[in-house]
Amino acid sequence: MTELLIIVAIVVAIIAIGQVVRIFELANKIKGIKESDITDKDNDTQGKLLLTFGVLFIASFFLMTAKWNHLLLPVSASEHGVDIDFLMSISMGLIIVVFLITQPILFYFSYKYRGRKDRTASFISHNDKLEVVWTAVPAVVLTVLIIYGLQTWSNIMDRSDIGDAVVVEVYGQQFNWTVRYAGEDNNLGASNVRFIGGLNLVGVVSESSYTQQTADLDKNIAKTKLQISEELNANKRVKKEARLAKMEAKKNTLTSLVSTTPKDLLIAAEDDIIVKELHLPVDKSIQLKFRSQDVIHSAYLPHFRVQMNCVPGMNTDFVFKPTLTTEEMRVETGNEDFEYVLLCNKICGGAHYNMQLKVIVESEEDYNKWLAEQTVMSALNN
Amino acid sequence: MSEHGHHEENFFSKYVFSTDHKMIAKQFLLTGMTMGVIAMLMSVLFRMQLANPGEPNPMFEFLLGDWAKGGVMDPNMYLALVTIHGTLMVFFVLTAGLSGTFSNLLIPLQIGADDMASGFINALSYWFFFISSVIMLISLGIETGPASGGWTIYPPLSALPQAMPGSGLGMTLWLVSMTLFVTSSLLGGLNYVVTILNLRTKGLSMTRLPLTMWAFFITAILGVLSFPVLVSAVLLLIFDRSFGTSFYLSDIMIQGEVLSNVGGSPILYEHLFWFLGHPEVYIVILPALGITSEIISTNSRKPIFGYRAMVGSIIGIAFLSFIVWAHHMFITGMSPFLGSVFTFTTLLIAIPSAVKSFNYITTLWKGNLQFTPAMLFSIGLVSTFITGGLTGIILGDSALDINVHDTYFVVGHFHIVMGLSAIFGMLAGVYHWFPKMYGRMMNKKLGYAHFWLTIVSAYGTFFPMHYLGLAGLPRRYYSNSAFPMFDGLQDINQIVTFCAVLGAAAQFIFLYNFFYSIFRGEEAVQNPWKSNTLEWTTPVERIHGNWPGEIPSVYRWPYDYSKPGADQDFIPQNVPLKEGEEEH
Repeated sequence: MTELLIIVAIVVAIIAIGQVVRIFELANKIKGIKESDITDKDNDTQGKLLLTFGVLFIASFFLMTAKWNHLLLPVSASEHGVDIDFLMSISMGLIIVVFLITQPILFYFSYKYRGRKDRTASFISHNDKLEVVWTAVPAVVLTVLIIYGLQTWSNIMDRSDIGDAVVVEVYGQQFNWTVRYAGEDNNLGASNVRFIGGLNLVGVVSESSYTQQTADLDKNIAKTKLQISEELNANKRVKKEARLAKMEAKKNTLTSLVSTTPKDLLIAAEDDIIVKELHLPVDKSIQLKFRSQDVIHSAYLPHFRVQMNCVPGMNTDFVFKPTLTTEEMRVETGNEDFEYVLLCNKICGGAHYNMQLKVIVESEEDYNKWLAEQTVMSALNN
Repeated sequence: MSEHGHHEENFFSKYVFSTDHKMIAKQFLLTGMTMGVIAMLMSVLFRMQLANPGEPNPMFEFLLGDWAKGGVMDPNMYLALVTIHGTLMVFFVLTAGLSGTFSNLLIPLQIGADDMASGFINALSYWFFFISSVIMLISLGIETGPASGGWTIYPPLSALPQAMPGSGLGMTLWLVSMTLFVTSSLLGGLNYVVTILNLRTKGLSMTRLPLTMWAFFITAILGVLSFPVLVSAVLLLIFDRSFGTSFYLSDIMIQGEVLSNVGGSPILYEHLFWFLGHPEVYIVILPALGITSEIISTNSRKPIFGYRAMVGSIIGIAFLSFIVWAHHMFITGMSPFLGSVFTFTTLLIAIPSAVKSFNYITTLWKGNLQFTPAMLFSIGLVSTFITGGLTGIILGDSALDINVHDTYFVVGHFHIVMGLSAIFGMLAGVYHWFPKMYGRMMNKKLGYAHFWLTIVSAYGTFFPMHYLGLAGLPRRYYSNSAFPMFDGLQDINQIVTFCAVLGAAAQFIFLYNFFYSIFRGEEAVQNPWKSNTLEWTTPVERIHGNWPGEIPSVYRWPYDYSKPGADQDFIPQNVPLKEGEEEH
């Protein structure tokens, strides 16, 4: 009801404004002034308003920056993030300087050269020297920015030290994350959506998983066969036969997937660990590998300046080194409840806004201790 | 020439199935404005949701029905609103509404032609646009809701009806609507290109074209080259959705069911989409820049500064716009080397953009500025173009993009640089050419009120978003309350929402002024702004065929304002050079 009243009020207000303006119009008509003509008074008022706006605009920029600075992301908790932040401050500084030069000039000129009947504009059509200058200056500045930016980018994307990185997989699905650790061999086994089932949340292809899944299938197949032989209703029988065919097809797919997967990958899979939390050791290189089960997700770890899309049917990764543990970050931010987060940053459906993963950075000992407590794949399937 | 204007006209042939470019322009404008109002009201709804997430709002239930049971908005409806808001604004308002209106209105008038090269194709272009708009609006009313996967509709989200309700019938309608839309764009674009190349009046060489014409010309070429790629992307998506192909799908398990699709890649879709998507940004902004070039020069009573550089930068921007698309994809897992290439090309765009901004400012310098509402919006455009363009330097840098990608920083950036700038250009164009469209003037005081409320609330809405983005807040979140780290941002969100509602309300002043002036506005004179371009040599009555007698010839460029030695501070293009007078 209040909303309806608000809408009515807005409509009435607009009509009122319109009527007031109409009175002005009629008054002008009587005085013989054309409403649409821009008078010196109009130019004066609008010019002054433009200048005022320019001043307030710049002032509110400083105000907002001062007031909201503490809300921005805290210091980077990763090694490459420090480089990103440095490049960011340089670029930000630069664009703020340009902003603070051009906007005031724009609004000042608008005020300074506001029209008067007794003035004429200068006929200036071009100035080659000036134009060369303001083409060349941005070009030089941008060249510097581009070179510096590309250097930072290639350092971040550099994979030469990937050998000793801890391999961890982050797997996205509507609307949660699953994490897979590579285990002692630091080597992730193969995976396929067709192997997803039970506790095998990310579809690891392993012999133990195969044994377990086919055992379940065999049990069901036998049961269905028995049911079919006892089924008297023809319609139900057809349905059950279709179910049987589906199960047999699935078994065949699983069998062929396992038999075509290289032996060493099958072995590598057996010590993989599937969990629902992301624990990372501090000061160690981490290779986060990303996959998705259904639609595109994006794993965004703002505190580490890490973001990478998780694309179904594709493998992506990001290598970085966390430098601050959760505890250290709590001290750094002065927030006792601080937690790192991994959030989804690619629209993925209704609960996109609440697709979170707990992230904990801890000392290597704590990390190893935690990891040792988790169940490995082969044990999961027994 | 004589086929126009001499036959009996009834209501339908005059107002509905007209082939007169001026009428078609008005049809585009009114349809575009309708879509604009709908899209704007949608933004008010989702901004209200963001200001008070989770709090029941009876207005939601009143407007959205079952999508907001008990006044709590369904997250899927939130996503549908942002998706359709984006689609309508980018395509229906700022492409068809802006280019469609002003290319149609101004191309024949400013180049001295009695109509478009093909009036029929032109009408067809509008009617494809109209049908496409109707289908898009129908999709709002269906049970599973309209497309909701974001305006970029990335598969597999958009390909699988199981993924979200909006990916069902709503997405099908979206795809059909957009295919028709592209058809409309292509028909229009080809017509604009052909008309500008072939129908210029005597003496109007390309180097004497007003900058509006240059901008519309290049825009049309951009559209013709890039829109077909969107159609291919859309067609492949339709195949994946309906005929079981796997262009974009591979290894998917959704709702507990493993799909049989193998071998496709959503990244292919992203490449195809952004191959249109990025030039599209310039399809939106270039006409606005063209319009303001004209308005700023006229109302500064001064030639546009650096005409050749302005033309050069339009061409430069247009060329570069084709080789920067993957800067939307830095973190998709694309090869880092490609990331470097696209960072390089993207940041280059800052150079022609800087040239344009400096030239605008220098045009004001030593001018005799006449603050019509159109001029104010043009100055507003220069301001937003600079503000929004600068943050592009951050986003175009692949290393920096890692952490601001898809955050509110992006939302702030593109709303200012292309949303506000293009809307300001469009509003400036309406105020400036209203007399040419309706033979009457819009009210100046309402125009002033409209401008001031708009620019204050627009900056108030989009400027604070940069801070939200730097705090790590992702876009397209139904609510920011799921993560404690965003709790402190609620104040900013409320300021943003307040300004958004204020800005939306201010547009009703414009609508009132617009419709009131069509019928009751002060009658216009032939050349109310004392402008040089050819459209102001046509009679106020706006006849079919544009000029009653012979079409005027052109003897000079369009920017002879305040030329020394002239009697007045403007010399229309159709005035021959005086003896000994140099052409600028």
